Amino acid sequence: MNGGTRRAVDVAVVGGGQCGLAMSRALSQRAVDHVVIERGEVANAWRTERWDSLRLLTPNWMCRLPGQPYDGDDPDGYMGAADVAAFLARYAERVRAPLVTRTAVRRVAPGTSGGYFVGTDRADWHCRAVVLASGACSRPVVPRLAADLPPSVAQWTARDYRRPADLAPGGVLVVGASATGLQLALELRRSGRPVWLATGEHVRMPRVYRGRDVQWWMLASGVLDQRIEAMDDPLRARRLPSPQLVGSDSRATLDLNAVQREGVEVCGRLAGVRGKQALFSGSLRNVCALADLKMNRLLDGFDAWARAQGRDGEFGPVERFEPTAVAAAPRLGIELGSEVRSIVWATGYRPDFGWLDLPAVFDRRGELRHDRGVVAAPGLYVLGLPFLRRRKSSFIHGAEDDVRELATHLFAHLDRAAAAQPCVAAAAGFDTRRASC
Amino acid sequence: MTNPAPTRRADNGVNVDALLTARAALTDAPDGARFKWRATSQWVNGTHSRATVDGFYGLGEEQRHRRSWEFDSDHPEIFASADNGATPVEYVLVGLAGCLSAGIAAVAQNRNIQLHSVRATLEAGMDLQGVLGIDERVRNGFDGIRVHYEIDADATPEQIAALVAQSQKRSAVFDIVANPTDVTVTSSKA
Repeated sequence: MNGGTRRAVDVAVVGGGQCGLAMSRALSQRAVDHVVIERGEVANAWRTERWDSLRLLTPNWMCRLPGQPYDGDDPDGYMGAADVAAFLARYAERVRAPLVTRTAVRRVAPGTSGGYFVGTDRADWHCRAVVLASGACSRPVVPRLAADLPPSVAQWTARDYRRPADLAPGGVLVVGASATGLQLALELRRSGRPVWLATGEHVRMPRVYRGRDVQWWMLASGVLDQRIEAMDDPLRARRLPSPQLVGSDSRATLDLNAVQREGVEVCGRLAGVRGKQALFSGSLRNVCALADLKMNRLLDGFDAWARAQGRDGEFGPVERFEPTAVAAAPRLGIELGSEVRSIVWATGYRPDFGWLDLPAVFDRRGELRHDRGVVAAPGLYVLGLPFLRRRKSSFIHGAEDDVRELATHLFAHLDRAAAAQPCVAAAAGFDTRRASC
Repeated sequence: MTNPAPTRRADNGVNVDALLTARAALTDAPDGARFKWRATSQWVNGTHSRATVDGFYGLGEEQRHRRSWEFDSDHPEIFASADNGATPVEYVLVGLAGCLSAGIAAVAQNRNIQLHSVRATLEAGMDLQGVLGIDERVRNGFDGIRVHYEIDADATPEQIAALVAQSQKRSAVFDIVANPTDVTVTSSKA
């Protein structure tokens, strides 16, 4: 509160990234009074929490939002983080999002007479519905064993890391074989350092398959539109690491074979720390076999789709790739402090809803309870989490379908709330200078 | 997922429905999922010991096997032992094979793949210079374990490879041998 003003709106959207802005557009189209609260500037995470060389894993033509196709001149290229931020800033202007920037949400709690209280460091709101669009990558996940590391090893997360020159000279252990882990391992190796890559389960795919970007195949064949309710193991589907991909001008494939060719030493999953030794799992061969099998099933699916569509002739010949090379005796341990001077944790992210003062919406593990974005509290929604509704939910172009469906749910909620309680804001004694009810 | 409903159910003797029910139940009641496995061992003579397994703890209470199981361990005669049972390190291979094969059967059942035969051959290398204290640089235990599965099943080679891979991913003994485990050994005077 801090003596700030209190206002009433129908909907508060927390976060001014692709999902928050796309939801804002949907709300504006229905003339729903709302506010988009952004802790920094639009696309804050893209501006401040990404490493220098990052480029999107999807080609530019896929970078589109409701009412905003890609309109640049490099459809097959891959945007950097600054380009994405600029794209989103243009979108915010175009949809005239009612943004309140540089305002951090401190607390979301049940309102005194229904609806929600949204407290920030600048002002407070009272609203009928809240849309959580603060992103899936708020908090880097670092395994507990990080606490056992000797102080002689500098620890970085993918969120803090910017460029190789920031790291102390000497060896680097990169933990995690997602897109992030492989990209950082490779650029650190190219900076002249010895690099080890701790590799657990991972997702392997070629950048280009039969002449088309693999993301084109994923979209065209329906993989990206797969729905969470069709998955055998939804929990696992949502926790899948990002596929080993990099956006580059050469459209080169980034996989374990590629990083090994440049001298990165691939080890098993980081399994423990004993004194100054980091220990790697003996499961490397199996996680590589699993990833190769899954990649081949994915490619089989693309080929079957192309045949079924009668489009086989449009593409290059069917390709299969070399199995992942695994050393005859993969390393099971490494000396921390001497061999390894720095560790980069590329072990994933979790959203951060620490400011959500609604205990009932969290499960036993502290994760948000929701059914495909409809949170377990009336009028509360979440967007942009991995596989929220579809495989593409956390992609920029994935915002469109999820926003459309969740906005429909939200409108129905507002209609019900309006019927039950004609004027929440007036009842709560808030400033109703805008006709929100 | 999108395959048409199979006309014939595979039967590998695994009650997958019970496993899936247990998985769902233990997701909601995590305390029941905390098991304790136990064994007792009595030294007989020389390198010969006899271990007994009968009780364990799980689903919130003490449990018993259908009957007690006994395991003799000893060393072979070339070690000047009486060879009254398998060598302890061989029991590790027995445990690994039992765990992986059980997993293969369960995964195959869940994927509706009929198994006809599942034969595992295991081999672990070990340099005795470690246990004998000849060379400090040599570890006591295995320098690696090789497992080969020969599987006859109504499935493609890729599906069989996927069964074996998935079984490793979910195997307790694979995890125990492939990853570090904290071990506490105490003693008292009887």
